Amino acid sequence: MESVILDPEALNLIGAGLVVIGAGIGIGRIGGSAMDAIARQPEAYGKIQTAMLIAAALIEGIGFAALFAV
Amino acid sequence: MQSKLVIRFLTVLLFFFSFGLIAQDHSNKEPLVSHEKHEGTPEQISLKAKIKESINHHLLDSHDFIFFSDSETGKHYGFSLPVILWDQEAGLQLFSSSKFHYGEEVAENNGNYYTLYHNKVYKTDAEGTITLDDHHHPTQAKPLDFSITKSVLMILVTGILMLLAFVGMAKSFKKGPIVTGAGRFLEPIILYIRDEIAIPNIGEKKHGKYMPYLLTVFFFVWFLNLFGLTPLGVNVTGNVTVTFALAIITFIITQVSGNANYWKHIFWMPGVPVPMKIILAPIELLGVIIKPFALMIRLYANIMAGHIVLMSLIGLIFVFQNWIGSSLTFVLSFAISLIELLVALLQAYIFTMLSALYFGFAVEEHDEAH
Repeated sequence: MESVILDPEALNLIGAGLVVIGAGIGIGRIGGSAMDAIARQPEAYGKIQTAMLIAAALIEGIGFAALFAV
Repeated sequence: MQSKLVIRFLTVLLFFFSFGLIAQDHSNKEPLVSHEKHEGTPEQISLKAKIKESINHHLLDSHDFIFFSDSETGKHYGFSLPVILWDQEAGLQLFSSSKFHYGEEVAENNGNYYTLYHNKVYKTDAEGTITLDDHHHPTQAKPLDFSITKSVLMILVTGILMLLAFVGMAKSFKKGPIVTGAGRFLEPIILYIRDEIAIPNIGEKKHGKYMPYLLTVFFFVWFLNLFGLTPLGVNVTGNVTVTFALAIITFIITQVSGNANYWKHIFWMPGVPVPMKIILAPIELLGVIIKPFALMIRLYANIMAGHIVLMSLIGLIFVFQNWIGSSLTFVLSFAISLIELLVALLQAYIFTMLSALYFGFAVEEHDEAH
């Protein structure tokens, strides 16, 4: 039983999953606050969308660290 | 004036050729998940192995440009590229990669024998023996490889394409203030880069010096990303050496153009108490290295992951042998390739914007932000 839990292979994959969860939560929050901002001020849609895409791309850049774990 | 023009021309030439020298990918790592423990019928397993092999062939660089190959007849449709080696003993070797016969045979040139092992050229003898050490790394001599590989060829093609497009556009301004032809598509993009990326980050006064580099890197990355999505099967920006070269150039430009205010902010940040200054200095110094490093990794990982996902989905079409599975997978891979088009543009934009941001930090005067 102990080799199943502490198998380094499995820990790698669990780490990769955590990274993906983190990236998902981060980008989800960015998207959510972008939606709120657009709802408040629909004429600023262009700027908000640009800022949202920039932040999402930066967070996604970290999310690809998951690939190194696999 | 004349010598200034010559110097600028030589710098541009050096810029393009430096890409050519650094751009080959000598990595032989397989980026795909390779720990599969699947059970399947023997045909299924060999189909998956074939799919993985063709995905790897797409992702890695190669010394010849194969468009597609027929696995039954073993015929490859494409053309061979020149191999340029600097052998430490025998000097410059120049031959066509058709001598390698797609990695199967030993190439002989002027009495020296070379063979391909995991996409790298090694010096060997007439039989093509490769001696491996304990870690399965070959112990042979490896000549310096300056070959024109697939990635290098695509970089040169992109460079020529950009030259034609933008020089043509510049020439059309002689006839009048309104651009004609393909410049009509490029002009708003160039103005966007100047007004939304360069001027807000670097400032009105100094952005002119950095505009050529920002424009070049934006269109370079964008066109290469787009080329990666075509059926040509090239993968240039998904290649850590290419993105490393781009990130190094951004790094060099920021350091060279850093003024006293920039270095002061790194080593002795004004406005914080002295213990904090001492703690912040190594962190800021690390940040100087990590920011271009993140530029490199971000572009590389995004493009590489996009290619892996897309190729895997296309391979999945062939794993499903029925109508419903294959057609749904086809629709999914079409949707993913549309997202990859967006990612191609977005990553070029992010790279350019972050480069402009770092340049802005480097040339910021003291009285501006704080």
